[in-house]
Amino acid sequence: MLRLERRRQPSNLWRWGAPMAAVVLTMVLGALLFWMIGRDPFLAIKTIFWDPVFGEFAFYYRPELIKKAAPLIMIAIGLSFGFRAGIWNIGAEGQYIIGAICGASVALAFYPMAARWMIFPLMIMAGILGGVVWAMIPALLRVYFKTNEILVSLMLVYVAEVLVKAFAVGLLRNPEGRGFPGSRNLTQYPSAANLELFAGTGIHWGVITAVLSVGLAYVVITRHRFGFDVQLAGQSPRAAAFAGVNTNWLVIGCMGLSGGLSGLAGLFEVAGPSGQILGSFPAFYGFTAIIVAFLGRLHPVGILLAGLLMALTYIGGDAAQSAMNLPSAAIKVFQGMLLFSLLSVDVLTNYRVRFTWAKGD
Amino acid sequence: MDINPVLLLAAVIVASTPILLAAIGELVVERAGVLNLGVEGMMITGAVCGYIAAHETSSATLGFAGAALGGAGVAALFAFLTLVLLTNQVATGLALTLFGLGLAAMVGQGYATTTVVSVPKLPIPGLSDIPGLGRIFFTHDAIVYLSIVLVLAVWGFLRFSRNGLILRAIGENHEAAHALGYHVRRVRFFALLFGGACAGLGGAYISLVRVPQWVDNITSGAGWIALAIVAFASWKPGRLVTGAYLFGGVTALQLNIQATGLAIPVEYLSMSPYIATILVLVLLSGGRAPGSLGKTFHASR
Repeated sequence: MLRLERRRQPSNLWRWGAPMAAVVLTMVLGALLFWMIGRDPFLAIKTIFWDPVFGEFAFYYRPELIKKAAPLIMIAIGLSFGFRAGIWNIGAEGQYIIGAICGASVALAFYPMAARWMIFPLMIMAGILGGVVWAMIPALLRVYFKTNEILVSLMLVYVAEVLVKAFAVGLLRNPEGRGFPGSRNLTQYPSAANLELFAGTGIHWGVITAVLSVGLAYVVITRHRFGFDVQLAGQSPRAAAFAGVNTNWLVIGCMGLSGGLSGLAGLFEVAGPSGQILGSFPAFYGFTAIIVAFLGRLHPVGILLAGLLMALTYIGGDAAQSAMNLPSAAIKVFQGMLLFSLLSVDVLTNYRVRFTWAKGD
Repeated sequence: MDINPVLLLAAVIVASTPILLAAIGELVVERAGVLNLGVEGMMITGAVCGYIAAHETSSATLGFAGAALGGAGVAALFAFLTLVLLTNQVATGLALTLFGLGLAAMVGQGYATTTVVSVPKLPIPGLSDIPGLGRIFFTHDAIVYLSIVLVLAVWGFLRFSRNGLILRAIGENHEAAHALGYHVRRVRFFALLFGGACAGLGGAYISLVRVPQWVDNITSGAGWIALAIVAFASWKPGRLVTGAYLFGGVTALQLNIQATGLAIPVEYLSMSPYIATILVLVLLSGGRAPGSLGKTFHASR
């Protein structure tokens, strides 16, 4: 008979061992899944996890990998603060979309003026502001009306998706686009483009911001009062109340932070890799970032690694799609399984397994 | 084109049924003290399972049976993780939704262009002949009636039966219920299976009756709206019906207004159900959640 016994302290070994065990477990389960839909499981795993980084065409895939990882890391860093404190912003996808719309609107308003020193910073501010405003709706409703922020932030994702489709064929449509939906391509507008800073590396402003946000988050969480409050509120809300932590400000702070970072990620995406506002702009990054945040143990360095790994599943998934006709949805299933296995393996962090011969229960 | 009020109200009922089904299942789950945020994932799994089962067997009944099974299947996965491996319910529910969306997209890939089996209408003899009301309430398919019967059954079960009392006790305080010798995990497991089956049925109602076709992301947030309605209803079956029909009303009305070609832009109309959900959550929710809702239960000795 197997029995779980609560550990006095979470196991340090499993705290970091669990994500790795989860990745291995997911690879096994994923191989099984690929085998079931009639693909060579070993080849699939190799195509997804090995080839993009070390294979023949790695010079093409590596920059793509970095570009995909940047928004995931940025959004996940923002989410990690709220998740630590028990504030569940599930609508990062919506904040990401609104950030992109706001940033792109600013750029298009100035088109074709050439003044990058002014336009690009303004776009960044608009992107952050858009994300923050969109995140403030659930935050303020929670503070003033005790409304559940999970549901409100999620509803706003669907609203944002409708908005981006409307803007792509309405207000922001390219007047020279011969009636096709979609805005002007920002990568062809030098004052607004978020291009690679060093050719062939994949490094654009979003990547630099992502790395900076990891460093900043590390400092805030370990050295700043705000990081302490966040951790305290998550571990013991009562103790936090006695310590004088203002929960309302915490909600506003955490939601604002994740909204701002999500909006920023959206802006960098629309001005760079994606290039234009389209109905298909939503990329599911806001949801995948939730997996990244958990996989990285809500820790900045962990999130950096998890973001790279999750980007690898996207890039590798695309490669496997073209090379072995693997359905694109299979990668989504794979990502879902990754979160499932992580949560399952995590039981070992807080509990130890005991074998008993006595009758259970 | 004008809006015919009788047809509109009948459409409201059709639009409400999937949300009502998913919500009544989730209500039982939450009354047992488990917060399953994976309703959207269970619904879309049910939608795809139901669609495939109906398509392959050419039987709507088997389709709905398959949907209930599929929904209950993924709910069992959630139950295993949260009850046995003691995972965080919020995170596991999200994982279930992400997993379900991916799974449905993968499995449903080949079915996008197929035609679906039609679900027959079953007018209730006598009652369906009442002018107006008969067309609105008594000329639907079996699933609509089933959803109402389920709500009544859940209401009766929670209010009058011994097992219903045990389920509520477990939801209010699982430690105390455990101390009294009730089987917390067993009750929660069956509650979750019921919730999954209901969500599955709701999903299949969308893919087999409302749309009826297979499209990616077909449930488009219905599962989340169902979750919101459970909170709006203060965890009471009676108010649940009001909530579900209110949202069905908004959805059906906006579709009807779109069809009349009124001067309101389509996008404002199609975001209205989501905005309405937020408004209702802000203005009308109240009531107390079950005491143990969302907490992990571990019987230590």
